[in-house]
Amino acid sequence: MSAPAEQVTDSDVMVEIRSVHKSFGPLAVLRGIDLSVRAGEVAVVLGPSGSGKSTLLRTINHLEKADQGWIAVDGDPVGYRRSGDTLYELREREVLRRRTRIGFVFQNFNLFPHLTVLDNIIEAPVAALGRPRREAVAAAERLLARVGLADKAGAYPRHLSGGQQQRVAIARALALEPKLLLFDEPTSALDPELVGEVLDVIRDLARGGTTMIVVTHEIGFAREVADTVVFMDEGRIIEQGPPADVLDRPAHERTRAFLSKVL
Amino acid sequence: MSAQTEIHAPSRPAPPDKHAGGPAPRIVPVRRTGQWTAAVAVLLLLAGGLVSVVRNDAFQWDVVGDYLTTGSVLRGLGLTLWLTALVMVLGFALGTLLAVFRLSGNRVLQAVGWGYIWLFRSTPILVQLLFWFNIGALYPQILGVSTVNLLGPVAVAVIGLTLHEAAYAAEVVRGGILSVERGQLEAAQSLGLRPWRRFRRIVLPQAMRSIVPPAGNMLIGTLKGTSIVSIIAVQDLLYSVQLVYHRTYEVIPLLLVATLWYVAVTSLLSIGQYYVERHYARGTAGTR
Repeated sequence: MSAPAEQVTDSDVMVEIRSVHKSFGPLAVLRGIDLSVRAGEVAVVLGPSGSGKSTLLRTINHLEKADQGWIAVDGDPVGYRRSGDTLYELREREVLRRRTRIGFVFQNFNLFPHLTVLDNIIEAPVAALGRPRREAVAAAERLLARVGLADKAGAYPRHLSGGQQQRVAIARALALEPKLLLFDEPTSALDPELVGEVLDVIRDLARGGTTMIVVTHEIGFAREVADTVVFMDEGRIIEQGPPADVLDRPAHERTRAFLSKVL
Repeated sequence: MSAQTEIHAPSRPAPPDKHAGGPAPRIVPVRRTGQWTAAVAVLLLLAGGLVSVVRNDAFQWDVVGDYLTTGSVLRGLGLTLWLTALVMVLGFALGTLLAVFRLSGNRVLQAVGWGYIWLFRSTPILVQLLFWFNIGALYPQILGVSTVNLLGPVAVAVIGLTLHEAAYAAEVVRGGILSVERGQLEAAQSLGLRPWRRFRRIVLPQAMRSIVPPAGNMLIGTLKGTSIVSIIAVQDLLYSVQLVYHRTYEVIPLLLVATLWYVAVTSLLSIGQYYVERHYARGTAGTR
């Protein structure tokens, strides 16, 4: 009886996903997802394309609304206010405020092309959190140094390589000091020789104790960095567990079939 | 099978060049006789036209010179310029609002935006202008003031041209907004930026790259299009020269006066457009 209540109030749980369903028209993309990610944990989500990985990530920060079920980040349902058994949808302003606690890194970087690297990074701290510009600039410079791009503050995104752009995008997400980082196939749009530099940055963050959910096809990276590997197929989680179990001793035929193709 | 071997042939190491070390062979370009003939013919025609314009006394270039900078013509030019500027600013302000209506999630606003554009693009500007000019027949009084006193010809010109301009500006702005990648908006949303900030800081500056060229077109079109207000006796550039030639019958030279001013101003605007486009191309191909 007390088990479900414990799950919700457990202060160690950063992300709580309960029976989330999502359809686009007749296409059911998520068919009942349950997942918990503890604070400081790195969860890597694997699965064939079309399995719903990206949609799941986008529902976590409310870029997509779940049709059923609910998701809580750090105890608060995303996009809703909970009162008893009812979820009341929040006004956009409130959703935006909650979103600043969640960093999102896109497959295609989505840097703002008309702003310099520095302006890309300080935009949200200044406009969404109301930080003084000087403070935001100083923080941005520290972040750029951390991702190895200290000398690129004045450059425009298109003058950077894909790997550099993605590192800027990571710095931009970190500038809000999020409690949770979501990565949507962060290396899939990169030339093979640039994948390593981005994975290095993500690996550093993982070691630093940032809570992360990473959707990726990089099995080696999952093995090395993940605390939990989640395997999805056709809108469901097929299995999850430590990488040594899921990657080396998969319990399900579908996981084995997938791994045999990508390894 | 034989085709395949042929395809692979060039990838073998090339045989040593027989002339290696000797002087590089001279290259003789092909003669383009046709191109030269066409160029000469066109230049001759142009020269002939120019000579006939200069030597035809009926153009009365001396009269053109006399009137080019007279007070009434310059006042007309002034009105044309500020009317154009005002109509562009108000038209694009209203047009941006209509574009936001059409792109909003609110069905009523979508329909209103669509209906406005449909109505004002479906009728000639001349008819619209005459309609507003005669609005007093429908509403003799507005807020207790006689409509004829409230809406003089100049006010009618501003209102009529602006409402028409807005319909076209709305489509230009809408096209610009739609040209911005969806990921840009999602990135802004995921960073917690408020709707107005997203629009002003992220979407609009990128939309401007697609908005400026057609807007430049519209600006030049509007500058020339304001000449239509001469039919409701607003003293713009065209009406000013018409007033003169109705008196002196020097129709051609005075039309030339107006023509020269229109060409001069539109040329300046085209140059200005180049710099505006360059400004909004920041961070994209072709800069730095």
